[in-house]
Amino acid sequence: MLKIGPYSFQSRLFLGTGKYENADVQKEAVRESETEVLTFAVRRMNLFDESQPDPFERMDLSGFRLLPNTAGAKTAEEAVRIAKIAQAADMCDMVKVEVIGCDKTLLPDPVETIKASEILLDEGFTVLPYTSDDVVLARRLQELGVHAIMPGASPIGTGLGIINPYNLSHIIEQAEVPVIVDAGIGSPKDAAHAMELGADGVLLNTAVSGADNPVKMAEAMKYALEAGKLGCEAGRIEKKYYAQASSPVEGLSKL
Amino acid sequence: MTLTINGAQKEIPEETETINMLLNHLQLGNKKAVVERNGVILKKEQYDEEPVQPGDTLEIVHFVGGG
Repeated sequence: MLKIGPYSFQSRLFLGTGKYENADVQKEAVRESETEVLTFAVRRMNLFDESQPDPFERMDLSGFRLLPNTAGAKTAEEAVRIAKIAQAADMCDMVKVEVIGCDKTLLPDPVETIKASEILLDEGFTVLPYTSDDVVLARRLQELGVHAIMPGASPIGTGLGIINPYNLSHIIEQAEVPVIVDAGIGSPKDAAHAMELGADGVLLNTAVSGADNPVKMAEAMKYALEAGKLGCEAGRIEKKYYAQASSPVEGLSKL
Repeated sequence: MTLTINGAQKEIPEETETINMLLNHLQLGNKKAVVERNGVILKKEQYDEEPVQPGDTLEIVHFVGGG
Protein backbone atom coordinates (compact mmCIF):
# COMPACT_ATOMS: atom_id res chain seq x y z
CA MET A 1 0.00 0.00 0.00
CA LEU A 2 1.37 3.37 -1.07
CA LYS A 3 0.43 6.32 1.13
CA ILE A 4 0.80 9.94 0.04
CA GLY A 5 -0.60 12.54 2.40
CA PRO A 6 -4.18 11.48 3.15
CA TYR A 7 -4.41 9.11 0.16
CA SER A 8 -3.69 5.37 -0.14
CA PHE A 9 -3.08 3.45 -3.34
CA GLN A 10 -2.82 -0.20 -4.34
CA SER A 11 -1.18 0.67 -7.64
CA ARG A 12 2.21 2.32 -7.64
CA LEU A 13 1.94 3.50 -11.22
CA PHE A 14 0.96 7.13 -11.88
CA LEU A 15 -0.05 7.66 -15.47
CA GLY A 16 0.10 10.83 -17.54
CA THR A 17 -2.69 11.64 -19.99
CA GLY A 18 -0.72 13.49 -22.68
CA LYS A 19 -0.11 12.71 -26.32
CA TYR A 20 -2.40 9.73 -26.85
CA GLU A 21 -3.42 9.01 -30.42
CA ASN A 22 -7.08 9.18 -29.44
CA ALA A 23 -9.39 9.03 -26.45
CA ASP A 24 -10.24 5.34 -26.92
CA VAL A 25 -6.61 4.24 -26.82
CA GLN A 26 -6.07 6.40 -23.76
CA LYS A 27 -9.05 4.92 -21.97
CA GLU A 28 -7.92 1.36 -22.72
CA ALA A 29 -4.34 2.08 -21.68
CA VAL A 30 -5.50 3.60 -18.40
CA ARG A 31 -7.65 0.53 -17.76
CA GLU A 32 -4.84 -1.94 -18.50
CA SER A 33 -2.34 -0.04 -16.37
CA GLU A 34 -4.65 -0.35 -13.34
CA THR A 35 -3.40 3.06 -12.25
CA GLU A 36 -5.30 5.00 -9.61
CA VAL A 37 -3.64 8.36 -10.27
CA LEU A 38 -3.98 10.38 -13.48
CA THR A 39 -1.99 13.49 -14.20
CA PHE A 40 -3.05 16.34 -16.47
CA ALA A 41 -2.17 19.94 -17.31
CA VAL A 42 -3.98 23.28 -17.24
CA ARG A 43 -4.14 25.35 -20.44
CA ARG A 44 -5.99 28.25 -21.99
CA MET A 45 -9.10 27.15 -23.80
CA ASN A 46 -8.86 27.45 -27.53
CA LEU A 47 -12.00 29.58 -27.83
CA PHE A 48 -14.18 29.72 -30.89
CA ASP A 49 -12.97 26.31 -31.96
CA GLU A 50 -15.63 23.76 -31.17
CA SER A 51 -13.64 20.94 -32.70
CA GLN A 52 -11.23 21.03 -29.78
CA PRO A 53 -11.60 17.71 -27.98
CA ASP A 54 -12.02 17.47 -24.27
CA PRO A 55 -9.52 14.78 -23.19
CA PHE A 56 -11.66 13.78 -20.26
CA GLU A 57 -15.11 13.75 -21.80
CA ARG A 58 -15.07 10.00 -22.33
CA MET A 59 -13.36 9.14 -19.08
CA ASP A 60 -15.15 8.48 -15.85
CA LEU A 61 -12.75 10.16 -13.47
CA SER A 62 -14.63 9.19 -10.33
CA GLY A 63 -12.40 6.19 -9.61
CA PHE A 64 -9.16 8.15 -9.81
CA ARG A 65 -7.14 10.56 -7.76
CA LEU A 66 -6.27 13.55 -9.93
CA LEU A 67 -2.79 14.98 -10.00
CA PRO A 68 -2.69 18.23 -11.98
CA ASN A 69 0.79 19.37 -12.87
CA THR A 70 1.94 22.96 -13.00
CA ALA A 71 3.69 22.40 -16.34
CA GLY A 72 4.25 25.61 -18.23
CA ALA A 73 5.23 27.46 -15.07
CA LYS A 74 8.67 29.00 -14.99
CA THR A 75 8.25 30.73 -11.64
CA ALA A 76 6.84 29.78 -8.26
CA GLU A 77 4.09 32.36 -8.71
CA GLU A 78 2.93 30.79 -11.98
CA ALA A 79 2.97 27.31 -10.44
CA VAL A 80 0.87 28.46 -7.48
CA ARG A 81 -1.66 30.08 -9.83
CA ILE A 82 -2.04 26.89 -11.88
CA ALA A 83 -2.50 24.82 -8.73
CA LYS A 84 -5.24 27.16 -7.55
CA ILE A 85 -7.01 27.00 -10.89
CA ALA A 86 -7.07 23.19 -10.71
CA GLN A 87 -8.39 23.44 -7.18
CA ALA A 88 -11.15 25.85 -8.26
CA ALA A 89 -12.35 23.26 -10.77
CA ASP A 90 -12.52 20.54 -8.12
CA MET A 91 -9.94 18.62 -10.13
CA CYS A 92 -7.17 18.60 -7.62
CA ASP A 93 -6.51 15.91 -5.04
CA MET A 94 -2.78 16.46 -5.09
CA VAL A 95 -0.54 18.77 -7.08
CA LYS A 96 2.63 18.00 -8.99
CA VAL A 97 4.84 21.06 -8.67
CA GLU A 98 6.65 21.38 -11.96
CA VAL A 99 8.63 24.56 -12.53
CA ILE A 100 10.85 24.27 -15.57
CA GLY A 101 14.14 26.14 -15.52
CA CYS A 102 15.70 25.10 -18.82
CA ASP A 103 13.97 24.89 -22.19
CA LYS A 104 16.48 22.50 -23.69
CA THR A 105 16.52 19.86 -20.97
CA LEU A 106 13.17 20.72 -19.32
CA LEU A 107 14.97 20.24 -16.03
CA PRO A 108 13.23 21.79 -13.02
CA ASP A 109 14.29 25.07 -11.43
CA PRO A 110 15.26 24.03 -7.89
CA VAL A 111 14.86 27.47 -6.30
CA GLU A 112 11.42 28.13 -7.76
CA THR A 113 10.34 24.54 -7.01
CA ILE A 114 11.19 25.03 -3.34
CA LYS A 115 9.37 28.39 -3.23
CA ALA A 116 6.25 27.03 -4.92
CA SER A 117 6.20 23.93 -2.68
CA GLU A 118 6.46 26.09 0.42
CA ILE A 119 3.54 28.33 -0.61
CA LEU A 120 1.31 25.40 -1.64
CA LEU A 121 2.05 23.53 1.60
CA ASP A 122 1.00 26.64 3.52
CA GLU A 123 -2.24 26.68 1.54
CA GLY A 124 -2.97 23.10 2.51
CA PHE A 125 -2.25 21.32 -0.78
CA THR A 126 -0.91 17.78 -0.96
CA VAL A 127 2.38 18.62 -2.65
CA LEU A 128 4.47 16.36 -4.88
CA PRO A 129 7.40 18.27 -6.37
CA TYR A 130 9.07 17.14 -9.56
CA THR A 131 12.77 17.57 -8.96
CA SER A 132 16.10 16.67 -10.53
CA ASP A 133 17.95 13.72 -9.01
CA ASP A 134 19.78 15.99 -6.57
CA VAL A 135 20.20 14.29 -3.20
CA VAL A 136 20.47 17.47 -1.11
CA LEU A 137 17.57 19.17 -2.89
CA ALA A 138 15.39 16.14 -2.22
CA ARG A 139 16.25 16.40 1.47
CA ARG A 140 15.49 20.12 1.54
CA LEU A 141 12.09 19.48 -0.03
CA GLN A 142 11.40 16.78 2.52
CA GLU A 143 12.30 19.17 5.33
CA LEU A 144 9.70 21.60 3.98
CA GLY A 145 7.08 18.92 4.49
CA VAL A 146 6.25 17.81 0.95
CA HIS A 147 4.13 14.66 0.75
CA ALA A 148 6.30 12.84 -1.79
CA ILE A 149 9.45 13.50 -3.78
CA MET A 150 9.45 12.97 -7.53
CA PRO A 151 12.98 12.86 -8.90
CA GLY A 152 13.42 12.49 -12.64
CA ALA A 153 15.06 9.39 -14.08
CA SER A 154 16.22 11.48 -17.05
CA PRO A 155 14.81 14.54 -18.85
CA ILE A 156 11.09 14.57 -19.70
CA GLY A 157 10.11 12.65 -22.79
CA THR A 158 13.60 11.33 -23.56
CA GLY A 159 13.00 7.72 -22.62
CA LEU A 160 16.64 7.49 -21.56
CA GLY A 161 15.79 5.61 -18.36
CA ILE A 162 17.63 6.05 -15.09
CA ILE A 163 20.76 8.05 -15.88
CA ASN A 164 22.04 8.27 -12.32
CA PRO A 165 21.01 5.25 -10.26
CA TYR A 166 23.58 6.24 -7.65
CA ASN A 167 21.89 9.57 -6.85
CA LEU A 168 18.46 8.00 -7.01
CA SER A 169 19.51 5.31 -4.50
CA HIS A 170 20.67 7.96 -2.06
CA ILE A 171 17.45 9.94 -2.48
CA ILE A 172 15.46 6.78 -1.78
CA GLU A 173 17.65 5.74 1.16
CA GLN A 174 17.27 9.03 3.01
CA ALA A 175 13.61 9.68 2.16
CA GLU A 176 10.98 9.56 4.86
CA VAL A 177 8.20 10.30 2.37
CA PRO A 178 7.43 8.25 -0.76
CA VAL A 179 9.74 8.62 -3.74
CA ILE A 180 8.00 8.50 -7.10
CA VAL A 181 10.41 8.33 -10.02
CA ASP A 182 9.03 10.73 -12.61
CA ALA A 183 10.10 11.48 -16.18
CA GLY A 184 12.49 9.83 -18.59
CA ILE A 185 11.15 6.29 -18.26
CA GLY A 186 11.42 4.61 -21.67
CA SER A 187 10.54 0.97 -21.23
CA PRO A 188 9.38 -1.57 -18.63
CA LYS A 189 13.04 -2.24 -17.84
CA ASP A 190 13.39 1.34 -16.56
CA ALA A 191 10.24 1.13 -14.45
CA ALA A 192 11.42 -2.16 -12.93
CA HIS A 193 14.85 -0.62 -12.34
CA ALA A 194 13.31 2.28 -10.39
CA MET A 195 11.34 -0.12 -8.20
CA GLU A 196 14.38 -2.38 -7.66
CA LEU A 197 16.28 0.66 -6.41
CA GLY A 198 13.55 0.96 -3.79
CA ALA A 199 11.31 3.65 -5.28
CA ASP A 200 7.73 3.71 -4.00
CA GLY A 201 6.23 4.34 -7.41
CA VAL A 202 6.74 5.55 -10.95
CA LEU A 203 5.07 8.34 -12.93
CA LEU A 204 5.23 7.98 -16.69
CA ASN A 205 3.41 9.21 -19.76
CA THR A 206 5.24 9.14 -23.09
CA ALA A 207 6.61 5.63 -22.50
CA VAL A 208 3.00 4.42 -22.79
CA SER A 209 1.29 7.02 -24.99
CA GLY A 210 4.14 7.01 -27.50
CA ALA A 211 4.58 3.22 -27.69
CA ASP A 212 3.58 1.43 -30.89
CA ASN A 213 0.91 -0.28 -28.84
CA PRO A 214 0.09 1.94 -25.84
CA VAL A 215 -2.47 -0.48 -24.39
CA LYS A 216 0.00 -3.37 -24.34
CA MET A 217 2.74 -1.11 -22.97
CA ALA A 218 0.44 0.06 -20.18
CA GLU A 219 -0.03 -3.57 -19.15
CA ALA A 220 3.72 -4.20 -19.42
CA MET A 221 4.43 -1.24 -17.13
CA LYS A 222 2.02 -2.58 -14.55
CA TYR A 223 3.92 -5.89 -14.43
CA ALA A 224 7.31 -4.12 -14.52
CA LEU A 225 6.45 -2.18 -11.38
CA GLU A 226 5.24 -5.32 -9.63
CA ALA A 227 8.35 -7.28 -10.69
CA GLY A 228 10.69 -4.51 -9.60
CA LYS A 229 8.95 -4.11 -6.26
CA LEU A 230 9.03 -7.87 -5.56
CA GLY A 231 12.66 -8.03 -6.66
CA CYS A 232 13.56 -5.21 -4.31
CA GLU A 233 11.84 -6.95 -1.39
CA ALA A 234 13.47 -10.27 -2.28
CA GLY A 235 16.98 -8.78 -2.17
CA ARG A 236 19.19 -9.26 -5.19
CA ILE A 237 22.55 -11.07 -5.18
CA GLU A 238 25.76 -9.14 -5.03
CA LYS A 239 27.58 -8.50 -8.28
CA LYS A 240 30.86 -10.44 -8.64
CA TYR A 241 33.72 -9.96 -11.03
CA TYR A 242 34.45 -13.64 -11.61
CA ALA A 243 32.11 -16.43 -12.62
CA GLN A 244 30.79 -18.82 -10.02
CA ALA A 245 29.19 -22.02 -11.26
CA SER A 246 25.56 -22.60 -10.38
CA SER A 247 25.92 -26.36 -10.80
CA PRO A 248 27.97 -28.38 -8.28
CA VAL A 249 31.65 -28.68 -9.16
CA GLU A 250 32.05 -31.99 -7.26
CA GLY A 251 30.90 -35.41 -8.35
CA LEU A 252 31.45 -34.91 -12.05
CA SER A 253 31.03 -38.16 -13.97
CA LYS A 254 34.22 -38.92 -15.88
CA LEU A 255 34.24 -40.18 -19.40
CA MET B 1 -18.34 45.71 -25.10
CA THR B 2 -14.69 44.80 -25.52
CA LEU B 3 -13.10 42.18 -23.28
CA THR B 4 -9.65 40.66 -23.32
CA ILE B 5 -10.16 36.91 -23.34
CA ASN B 6 -7.14 34.61 -23.30
CA GLY B 7 -4.95 37.40 -24.54
CA ALA B 8 -7.15 38.48 -27.46
CA GLN B 9 -9.59 41.40 -27.71
CA LYS B 10 -13.16 40.17 -28.24
CA GLU B 11 -16.41 41.99 -28.90
CA ILE B 12 -19.15 40.60 -26.68
CA PRO B 13 -22.86 41.60 -26.80
CA GLU B 14 -23.71 44.36 -24.31
CA GLU B 15 -26.42 42.24 -22.66
CA THR B 16 -23.77 39.78 -21.37
CA GLU B 17 -23.96 40.61 -17.70
CA THR B 18 -22.47 37.68 -15.82
CA ILE B 19 -19.69 35.12 -16.17
CA ASN B 20 -22.30 32.45 -16.77
CA MET B 21 -23.83 34.43 -19.63
CA LEU B 22 -20.39 34.93 -21.11
CA LEU B 23 -19.62 31.20 -20.95
CA ASN B 24 -22.94 30.44 -22.62
CA HIS B 25 -22.22 33.02 -25.30
CA LEU B 26 -18.88 31.31 -25.93
CA GLN B 27 -20.69 27.96 -25.94
CA LEU B 28 -18.64 26.75 -23.01
CA GLY B 29 -21.55 26.47 -20.63
CA ASN B 30 -21.27 22.71 -20.20
CA LYS B 31 -17.47 22.39 -20.21
CA LYS B 32 -15.20 22.18 -17.22
CA ALA B 33 -13.73 25.65 -17.56
CA VAL B 34 -12.14 27.78 -14.90
CA VAL B 35 -12.40 31.55 -15.17
CA GLU B 36 -9.94 34.06 -13.87
CA ARG B 37 -11.17 37.67 -14.02
CA ASN B 38 -8.61 40.45 -13.67
CA GLY B 39 -6.23 38.06 -11.96
CA VAL B 40 -8.74 36.59 -9.51
CA ILE B 41 -9.82 32.96 -9.85
CA LEU B 42 -13.59 32.61 -9.57
CA LYS B 43 -15.43 29.66 -8.08
CA LYS B 44 -18.13 27.93 -10.13
CA GLU B 45 -20.79 28.96 -7.60
CA GLN B 46 -19.95 32.60 -8.33
CA TYR B 47 -20.46 32.43 -12.11
CA ASP B 48 -24.15 33.31 -11.83
CA GLU B 49 -23.60 36.53 -9.93
CA GLU B 50 -20.15 37.76 -10.87
CA PRO B 51 -20.43 40.56 -13.42
CA VAL B 52 -18.62 41.06 -16.70
CA GLN B 53 -17.67 44.66 -17.35
CA PRO B 54 -16.12 46.46 -20.33
CA GLY B 55 -12.35 46.24 -20.26
CA ASP B 56 -12.21 43.12 -18.09
CA THR B 57 -9.34 40.74 -18.68
CA LEU B 58 -10.45 37.14 -18.55
CA GLU B 59 -8.53 33.93 -18.69
CA ILE B 60 -10.60 30.86 -19.46
CA VAL B 61 -8.67 27.67 -18.92
CA HIS B 62 -9.38 23.98 -18.85
CA PHE B 63 -7.62 20.67 -18.42
CA VAL B 64 -5.65 18.92 -21.08
CA GLY B 65 -3.63 15.76 -21.22
CA GLY B 66 -0.26 16.01 -19.54
CA GLY B 67 2.31 14.07 -17.58
